[in-house]
Amino acid sequence: MTAPPESARLAIAWRAGRARLASVAAPAGLALVVFAGVLLAFGKNPIKAYVDIFSSTLGSPYGFSETLVKMTPLVLTAVAVAVPAKIWLINVGGEGQLYIGAIFATWGALTFGHLPGWLLLPLMVALGFLGGGLWGLVSGLLRAKGWVSETISTLLMNYVAILLLNYVVFGPWKDPEGVNYPQTAEFAPAAMLPVLGQSRVHLGLALGLVAVGLFAFFVSRTRWGLEMRAIGGNADAARRNGIPVGRYVVGLMFIGGGLAGLAGMCEVSAIQGRLRPSLSPGYGYTGFLISWMAGGHPLGILGAAFLLAVVTAGGDILQMTQALPGSVVNILMAVILFVILGRRTGER
Amino acid sequence: MRGITKAFPGVVANDTVSFDVHGGEIHALVGENGAGKSTLMKILYGFYRPDAGEIRIAGRPVQIRSPHEARELRIGMVFQEFAQIAALSVADNIALFQANLPAVPDMPAIARRIEEISRRYGLGVDPRAPIWRLSVGERQKVEVVKLLLADARILIFDEPTRGLAPQEVAGLFRVFADLRRDGYAVVFITHKLAEVLACADRISVMRRGRIAGTLRRSDATEETLVSLMFGAPVAEAPPSRRGPAGLAGPPHLELRSVSTRADGRAVSLRDIDLTVAPGEIVGVAGVSGNGQRELGDLVLGLVRCAHGVKLLRGADATRWPVARIRASGVAFIPEDALTMAGAARLTVLENMALGDTRRYARHGGLAIDWEGARSDLARSLARLGVAVPALQAPLGTLSGGTVQRVVLAREIARRPKLIVAFYPTRGLDVRSAIATRDLLMALREDGAGVLLISEDLAELFALSDRLVVLFRGKLAGARAPADTSIEDVGYLMTGGPERHDRSA
Repeated sequence: MTAPPESARLAIAWRAGRARLASVAAPAGLALVVFAGVLLAFGKNPIKAYVDIFSSTLGSPYGFSETLVKMTPLVLTAVAVAVPAKIWLINVGGEGQLYIGAIFATWGALTFGHLPGWLLLPLMVALGFLGGGLWGLVSGLLRAKGWVSETISTLLMNYVAILLLNYVVFGPWKDPEGVNYPQTAEFAPAAMLPVLGQSRVHLGLALGLVAVGLFAFFVSRTRWGLEMRAIGGNADAARRNGIPVGRYVVGLMFIGGGLAGLAGMCEVSAIQGRLRPSLSPGYGYTGFLISWMAGGHPLGILGAAFLLAVVTAGGDILQMTQALPGSVVNILMAVILFVILGRRTGER
Repeated sequence: MRGITKAFPGVVANDTVSFDVHGGEIHALVGENGAGKSTLMKILYGFYRPDAGEIRIAGRPVQIRSPHEARELRIGMVFQEFAQIAALSVADNIALFQANLPAVPDMPAIARRIEEISRRYGLGVDPRAPIWRLSVGERQKVEVVKLLLADARILIFDEPTRGLAPQEVAGLFRVFADLRRDGYAVVFITHKLAEVLACADRISVMRRGRIAGTLRRSDATEETLVSLMFGAPVAEAPPSRRGPAGLAGPPHLELRSVSTRADGRAVSLRDIDLTVAPGEIVGVAGVSGNGQRELGDLVLGLVRCAHGVKLLRGADATRWPVARIRASGVAFIPEDALTMAGAARLTVLENMALGDTRRYARHGGLAIDWEGARSDLARSLARLGVAVPALQAPLGTLSGGTVQRVVLAREIARRPKLIVAFYPTRGLDVRSAIATRDLLMALREDGAGVLLISEDLAELFALSDRLVVLFRGKLAGARAPADTSIEDVGYLMTGGPERHDRSA
């Protein structure tokens, strides 16, 4: 016998995926209980808060669509972390890569605004990927040459990226017609990603799903996936087998960065319609959290991204209905992370 | 120890084993890989708890729940991997091990006691020396002092002769004899029969988790021990040698005054000149840590030449990357397949495909030819005379011997012209070792060249057409085995100058 028949393989993958979903859901429940304590400390009614969060995000078509909007960049930034993580590279630079992707895509939108959409949008997608990819590539090269840990360099380059974005929106690209707001001019309609019906759900979600699908396919089926898993399993042995480990370090950091850059492109093109500093409420970091929650498993990434999209959207709701600062959900995310890390350690 | 039983998921490691050792006795425990020797001793040392059975010390039944309790019962164990901190001195390391170490240890007193013990047993341990400067043999003596200072009366050694030069082995056995004189009980695990017959008073043979027999040395011969180990006598005929050594044609490997730069803890190789001709096995003897790993990695292209030239079948391969060197027909048989050549969490079949991912790639790499990998593996294992293991099992779940054979099969499936064999039989039981040696000989007959890096001198003398010794990164003494002796090679291995004019 060779590989098990296709149906059996799918069944195994499905079961593993379900187990992964369960392992995401259980700690999330525990985290909700802990967060309820935090809400009580603020003198708020946690049950009311949770009802608000879930009814507003899952209870109406509009709320659900907004959750999908929040989920889109999270899926991309999570895959951006999961790809290099296959060979144990820790990409904490999703946030910066997202910013640079947004800057590159904006450049395309501002420079080629006269082009028709069918030409301009693919160009912006490519530019967004390239921008984020180059940002990740720098860290990949530094790591492959043995100079700097990618964890440190990706983290530090986040700050550089934010400053770069501030420079372009306060400086050369500032909208001349804006009332001194630090933002670029609005994009031409051709530079806007198409949306679904009347909602804000845009084509970026499809890009995210394709990215997850390709990630799953490449890792499990292809020669490169096998080589990646070999490096992840035993880099020393992989090197002895002639697998160019350094090239994978550079290449996967490029791809990871590119995916995060794609998230940035989607945000400027579909949500903001222009480049401004308030581009991302930390999507890059949340993507990191999602990837770790899911253990890099594709189905788990989708599940965890949806869950954290609910949490992120819930922050806005709490701000409105409970008069809590929106950032209070960061506490909830931190608690989720703690619970998951604790669980992982406990399993060992 | 009586009726000791211990099961792990899937195997019964110890099955109603009874074992005893007296003060003033050296007791050897021998057996194949996976016979349960280490498990039994780890139970005695409190590492594992037995599922059934009892342990008595001086007639009194005891429960040993942890190594800590074992130490309180004056049982000590020296593991294969020493628990030592390289940056600290000998005295610091020994002090750390002592029970009830006061907040401010009296280091001069500890150093004095170390010197006392070292003198009594001729160990030559300097309490002030940092651990990193010591050889494996010296570090082992530090472990002995450690146990004696902690008042252990029962001393257990897990494969203590692994990695020692012949002289060091003889020295260790003298220490054992001195300990016996002073009433200590010494238990040592090994699978080298010559050692057992050289120094043990009693010998227990384990087979598949049971004691197959316990003999006095006077009653034991190599044949009786082998038949106890395997149930039936295993004939180790010396590998037959057909055909001349060194066929025509360019050498498979030629190193011309190659030097490397060490990075980190590695050893730099200096001025290596080495040739491996078609149909030739060149043995490299030496105590590990003298540049063996670097030499193998140099041939593979993992370590770069700082000076000199590396030729593979006449072509300048000095700057080739690993993938190109492997593609040109170089195979690598590692000492430890799981850490050096395979990924434990990937399946057997995935590890097979890993050896040559280009060859099994289909549609430009979008798919993998699993069927091809499977049939190549099966054919290659058949050549080794081994059954095909579960292909979808993660490699790490197989026994060490099976992992080694899978990697071996993978490497010969590539029809290599040059094989770098790295301690290929280390840790293998007698039967697997014989199969591996036969395979190397068969490859030689087919015109392949073999660079055999080993510290098993008997193996090197049996297989090699030529023999060189590696010491501190330099090669010495290229001889045919017939023109030299184990003593001479052992002498070179420990850094003695080459003795040229042996009176014939």
